[in-house]
Amino acid sequence: MANLQEKPTSSSRPKLNFGSKWDYAPAPESTAVVDIAPEYGQFIAGEFVPPSSGQTFETINPATEEVLSRVARGCQADVDKAVTAARAAYEGTWSKISAPDRGKYLYRIARLIQDRSREFAVLESMDGGKPIKESRDVDIPLVAQHFFYHAGWADKLEYAFPNQTVSSLGVAGQIIPWNFPLLMAAWKIAPALACGNTVVLKPAETTPLTALLLAKVIQEADLPPGVVNVVTGDGEAGAALASHPGLDKVAFTGSTEVGKAIRRSAKTRNVTLELGGKAANIIFEDAPIDQAVEGIINGIYFNQGHVCCAGSRLLVQESVHDEVVQKLSDRIATLRVGDPLDKNTDIGAINSREQYDRICSLVEAGKAEGAEFHQSDVPVPGKGFFFAPAYFTGVAQSHRIAQEEIFGPVLSIMTFRTPDEAVAKANNTKYGLSAGIWTDKGSRIFKMLSKMNAGVVWANTFNKFDPSSPFGGYKESGWGREGGAQGLGAYLEVK
Amino acid sequence: MSSLSLASLLSPGAFDRPVDQVGANERAAKFTKRSIKTEAKHQGLLMAISMIDLTTLEGKDSPGKVRQLCTKGIQPDPEDLSLPHVGAICVYPSMVRTAASALEGSGVNVASVATAFPSGQLALSERLKEVEQAVSDGADEIDMVINRGAFLSGRYQEVFEEIVEVKKACGPAHLKVILETGELESYDNVRRASHIGMMAGADFIKTSTGKVSPAATMPVTLVMLEAIREHYLETGRKIGMKPAGGIRTSKQALHYLVMVKETLGDDWLTPDLFRIGASSLLNDILMQLAKQRTGAYQSADYFSND
Repeated sequence: MANLQEKPTSSSRPKLNFGSKWDYAPAPESTAVVDIAPEYGQFIAGEFVPPSSGQTFETINPATEEVLSRVARGCQADVDKAVTAARAAYEGTWSKISAPDRGKYLYRIARLIQDRSREFAVLESMDGGKPIKESRDVDIPLVAQHFFYHAGWADKLEYAFPNQTVSSLGVAGQIIPWNFPLLMAAWKIAPALACGNTVVLKPAETTPLTALLLAKVIQEADLPPGVVNVVTGDGEAGAALASHPGLDKVAFTGSTEVGKAIRRSAKTRNVTLELGGKAANIIFEDAPIDQAVEGIINGIYFNQGHVCCAGSRLLVQESVHDEVVQKLSDRIATLRVGDPLDKNTDIGAINSREQYDRICSLVEAGKAEGAEFHQSDVPVPGKGFFFAPAYFTGVAQSHRIAQEEIFGPVLSIMTFRTPDEAVAKANNTKYGLSAGIWTDKGSRIFKMLSKMNAGVVWANTFNKFDPSSPFGGYKESGWGREGGAQGLGAYLEVK
Repeated sequence: MSSLSLASLLSPGAFDRPVDQVGANERAAKFTKRSIKTEAKHQGLLMAISMIDLTTLEGKDSPGKVRQLCTKGIQPDPEDLSLPHVGAICVYPSMVRTAASALEGSGVNVASVATAFPSGQLALSERLKEVEQAVSDGADEIDMVINRGAFLSGRYQEVFEEIVEVKKACGPAHLKVILETGELESYDNVRRASHIGMMAGADFIKTSTGKVSPAATMPVTLVMLEAIREHYLETGRKIGMKPAGGIRTSKQALHYLVMVKETLGDDWLTPDLFRIGASSLLNDILMQLAKQRTGAYQSADYFSND
């Protein structure tokens, strides 16, 4: 920790010793609960079918770099089949059954997910690298919550839009990212189905397995064939789906770059995009500092920093900068990096080599630009993609690491002097997905809230999610809202 | 003691830093998610035994009862003589002589509550006399209560000065300052009282008397540990922590140790700086250790009930 604890002004400061006097023994979650097939087909019209091209690709465990399985490489022909199946299901059954029946199916899926939550959690951690602690306590419970929440809306849609009439859109094409694979599938599928639409879902290339397990659960739930279809593949399948003329709705979560391309290629005007972010987490001098430090940890190191709404820019009032940085430095020394399946792991594996390389290259850019890099020296495994928690101090607004999304466990720390300066710096970005405000003063929270150009603003907390709360971005962070009553509007024609 | 009021005026930093209750509760809950198994569990349980202030504070306490408890503290389990002894035996002042003679040469300290425990509602002179008597009777450690009446009416200076006086009366004995957090209620109060206690000369700060509910909780202990951390980083002085009351199971004890390890670091994982005030915890730990040793849980009858 020498590199972290040395401060030029007070090198003689007493030190905390986070050593190995009492080491936690390994506590790995058992993988016996999952049953991974050597190969997976596409889920189309209620059946698992081989890809038209006959081609498959590997999905690996990013913590070990071992191959878990092979999945179908979807192409235009597969997407055509899936959209046709979804259309047939929409015309034939889903738009005809009663709203309470739609709700019943969703409740059933929610309960099945809860029944198999351990299996989903272990599989999510194996395929994506996130710590079991998070997949078990955050991802999977939220997935079930999303289905329960939207099941409740299915027969109450008119109450969400008083004095207006609502009707379903038709077939939705949904493309989701690798950071919260199953949760993003739930965010997409649950509202679409509750509102009476059918879907074709394209999971991310590196994390297809939980979406395929969800397809199996949906099969067991006896959902009419074709209401939910899953086409796996890479960018080719994604592009084919996004631009498919048979869709009435396109929903995408992922990078801003791809989001823009999707917006251009979509053949429907109904598009929702949930894109990148570079959220400001703002700490005032009167903040509860110890809890604010926890908020920084939750903000940037949760899910290895693979979070679009991550608090990746720390704006800290200059008068408490040194104190906050010191506490952060001490705190990250206790974060445990390693085996995602170990119940004591705080930071798991970076999702892919590609993402690992991207993080490293932005970190190099930050160093070259003159910001000061600090990284915890906790041990990391030799194999797999691991990046110890890190932060930059002395970051300026004009640095790339202050503007670009690193999407890893790397925080950029800047200072401000007055509330107005904090607002100006927080909003001075092309993004606008989320923000955090830390202060003991209630009135300041409300004042700041009204000035932040961000879709979600947390006060004295960070990265809290709830299906009843709408989520989405300003500017290049997105288009439309997901979740809550507002999110239903994205899957309905409202007249 | 104008230094206290001046310090709080000039540097509103540590002393008056607010605590967010929701955040503190959340953070404390996270420590309970650590999974402590096998060797780590064994090591943790042994550590916990050595940190117990084995306590009896009842109206019906008698020399016989106290002697029995002392024997248990020296040798917790006749089936396993390799176990460490507890940190201290904690008794009322009238029992200090009995405890001191029973514990002589054992390495187990005598701790005595004092200062009109648990309410503290006596004249300061009486409280000081009680402390002096307990020390001269052989107490190695004094567990005092702060003047909550003064604290809650904003007379912080008085609280501070009384602790200074008690510390003087302790002489060579170590001073644990009980905040009685169940009566202070807010975490802001807990934090402030912690700092007052440490600045006034406490060797340990302690949550509760055990006579008021709630007694020790994880979030309250966390707030106090964070105050200790601040005090250490500012002054270099290591203050000990003692949660007391309500810690009855091995699992809870391990959660507290995890919290200490990850908040203050390895240096505090010692009976010199961390104690648990408890009476029934010890037998639960013995039961868990026997389970690790033999593979089976024994009934309560297999562990001495003192």
